Amino acid sequence: MSRRASGLKAWLIQRFSAAYMAVFLLYCLIRFWNAPLSDYQSWHDWVAHPLANLFIGLFVLSLLLHAWVGIRDVIMDYVQPILFRVTLLALIALILTGSGLWSLRMLFVTVTW
Amino acid sequence: MTQRDNRPKFLNLLHIRFPVGAVTSIAHRLSGIVLFLALPLGAYVLDLSLRNPAGFEQAGKLLTQPVVRLVLVLLAWSVSHHLLAGIRFLLLDLGIGLARTAARRMAWLVNLLAPVFALALLWRWW
Repeated sequence: MSRRASGLKAWLIQRFSAAYMAVFLLYCLIRFWNAPLSDYQSWHDWVAHPLANLFIGLFVLSLLLHAWVGIRDVIMDYVQPILFRVTLLALIALILTGSGLWSLRMLFVTVTW
Repeated sequence: MTQRDNRPKFLNLLHIRFPVGAVTSIAHRLSGIVLFLALPLGAYVLDLSLRNPAGFEQAGKLLTQPVVRLVLVLLAWSVSHHLLAGIRFLLLDLGIGLARTAARRMAWLVNLLAPVFALALLWRWW
């Protein structure tokens, strides 16, 4: 993905993921403003609903793509030595993929069909 | 090329006067980096809170630790600023607010609203 997420494509990924996350966060803000998560059961039940699970999963994916494009831009701006740059990018790709797969797995195992 | 190399550089950040849009833009970048750095913490808290009731309690306790609270204040501002400044960029992409006064007014609005949003979030979920 890293090799291909360039130019217009990266620009589009950044904006579509941003728009989706903005809508999702706004929904969460409204949903939880008057009903804070006070116990495990209600939190788990909300996440376990297949539809919520799907939308949270999409949020996680958007976040990963968005963070990748954004951080990659920052590193390309400030880190010039090529070996250092590649190492840093690899490390970040690892952190992002790790956090992402971890979260997605956690989300998925909660689903009750 | 030589002419370009000989041009004077002035990069004293304490003396450069930034236009308001530049502040919004730099803060957008900084808040993005902060949010990225918080991702492993987010994944960890998500995992912990969904594991079992004890984990949920533990996650709740973790989020009230003084150091974590400090991080949460930073994250509240980061997410607020990043979201608002991001919306501003999307509007600029659509050609809305491109004129200088409108662009500056929106930048001021973003810079000032972000801490207000952050305070609202913290007030609600402290």
